[in-house]
Amino acid sequence: MLFCFAETVPLVLFGSMALPSLGWSDSLIIGLYFLFVLGIGYYLSKFTKTGEDFFLAGRKMTAWVAGLAFLSANLGSLELMGWAASAYEYGILATQWYWVGAIPAMLFLAIVMMPFYYISKTHSVPGYLKLRYGESTSMLSAVSFAFMTVLMSGVNMFAMALVMKVILGWSIDFSIWVSSITVMIYVVLGGLLSAIFNEVLQFMLIWLGALVIPVLGLVETGGWTGLVARIHQNFPAGNYTHLWSTLGSFQANPMGINWIGIIFAQGFVLSFGYWATDFLVVQRLLSAKDLRSAKMAPIIGASFKMFIPFIVILPGLIGLAVMPGLVGQAQANATGAYSYNEVLPLMLARYAGPGLLGLGVTALIAGFMSGMAGNVTAFSTVWTYDIYRPIHVRLAKKERSDEYYLKMGRWSTIIGVFISIGTAYLVMQFASIMDYVQALFSFFIAPLFGTVILGMLWKRTTAAGGFWGLLAGTVSSIGMYVWTKIDPASLRIIALSKYAKPMADDMYRGLWCWIITVIVTIVVSYMTEPKTEAELNGLVRGCTVLPSEGDLPVWKRPIFWAVIVFIVLVALNIAFW
Amino acid sequence: MDRTERISVWFFIGLLLLMYGIIIAAQNVYDAVHPVSHTGVVLGYLHFGIWWGILLIVIGSVYSVIFRPHKTS
Repeated sequence: MLFCFAETVPLVLFGSMALPSLGWSDSLIIGLYFLFVLGIGYYLSKFTKTGEDFFLAGRKMTAWVAGLAFLSANLGSLELMGWAASAYEYGILATQWYWVGAIPAMLFLAIVMMPFYYISKTHSVPGYLKLRYGESTSMLSAVSFAFMTVLMSGVNMFAMALVMKVILGWSIDFSIWVSSITVMIYVVLGGLLSAIFNEVLQFMLIWLGALVIPVLGLVETGGWTGLVARIHQNFPAGNYTHLWSTLGSFQANPMGINWIGIIFAQGFVLSFGYWATDFLVVQRLLSAKDLRSAKMAPIIGASFKMFIPFIVILPGLIGLAVMPGLVGQAQANATGAYSYNEVLPLMLARYAGPGLLGLGVTALIAGFMSGMAGNVTAFSTVWTYDIYRPIHVRLAKKERSDEYYLKMGRWSTIIGVFISIGTAYLVMQFASIMDYVQALFSFFIAPLFGTVILGMLWKRTTAAGGFWGLLAGTVSSIGMYVWTKIDPASLRIIALSKYAKPMADDMYRGLWCWIITVIVTIVVSYMTEPKTEAELNGLVRGCTVLPSEGDLPVWKRPIFWAVIVFIVLVALNIAFW
Repeated sequence: MDRTERISVWFFIGLLLLMYGIIIAAQNVYDAVHPVSHTGVVLGYLHFGIWWGILLIVIGSVYSVIFRPHKTS
């Protein structure tokens, strides 16, 4: 997830290494990948005739396709490399972001929230806010989302180009332009349908390209038992292989966080905020062909998400076993030693021979493209429907045709890509922008979750309550961020411990601003007039009759699979306690 | 108006994996027959690329056949 990027993926990545040069088979594999994604975009262009086709893939996706695209849009290349580095730095504790920090939120989204997103027939999360709270809240959310999405896309683009430059020797300009223009072409041609098809393809490539490392790593270290033994041998004083037993206090683990922060801040507020209200991922689910598919999709995504640590965290742990001595980036810059930020490409270089190297590099490129396509499609939808359309209707007093909005979606995709490219070059000139953009994005996640969840579950929430709650939460988040920048000692107040580290800052800031959002929303709602139950039909629990699943056999019901996934999650946490 | 039936995404995936499998297996079989030194590649003696290439060929073939486009009336 994005909350860790600032800490784990610095600008000076991979300063000291290069992979072996690519052979003919590696180049052919990479070339074929580009041909395929463009070919898919071209092929799907003839199926993209209406606004619903372009922005919601015609609402015809199966649960599997929507679920894998939902996961793939999140699985960027920086995610892969950043969390492998985190696993080297923090050990198996990094898995918390994939298990308690993701799975409960995805299941909650599927069972509790998805019916309202789907039944309301909204095209976006700001679109839901418009139906529930009105235009002010929707516009506040849409503008902040569109702005940050396109900037995040540029930041990721630059970081990816930097990686390609230092590990493959590609020029930054070449990487930025070739990758982003490729994404732009296939999204402009086929819209969300094309993005989703490619995301599923990219998901498979990420798995098959990245899986080489853990398989061979476990062979080399003698399986899990051998891996743990070698880590303990290399770091007798460290505790890298326990998931929960070191979370009793801030100082007992290398992350500087405790179990309260992990469960309530990361596991609840930040995770639920990201997975349940970030339109970048939710958009994939809105493309599902029916409500059952829309509910099953995040459950399918969650079941795969549980095993992503196998290709992301395990390479970091294998690094601890077979490559001890990697250092932090500052030390690496000063001494020329390898940094643990390089651990994933180092592992790739260690195990991947000809052909497999091309597949591994393709996995990284696929990760980048799936993330970027997610940003671009979400941006074009929010811009077209949630920003441009209401402003136009208000000023011109008339509605535009569907054909016009389709055209607008295509143009906003092109413009979004060029703004992203501009951001990438801006980051190249002013490196610190990267940290600020990532921090800015996190300002909106936690408060938005407070606003959406209260709106969905509590019929007394009013339009004014939603708007002022969201605004108060966002402003308080920015305030806390500025406070810790000006006075780093304030971290002990925000995170409730003098032993807290920057990771705890993100979590506790999210928790506090969510609480502020909820309190302000409730107080203002009690002071203002609510909508009638009839107006809230299809938007709020208690005012909506949800379709019954009683006629389905048990094994076809989403709740059944959600319970299975949750049981597996609990078992995994106990196994790695 | 009738719309052309869309080819399944799984067919595209199968086709690409099949091609990747053939390329990776062919390259690694050639390297096994004509050994070259790939410095730094650990466990190279396992010829993992051959096995991974075969796996991709199998997965790719299965997906390509099961999800191949059908002619519609």
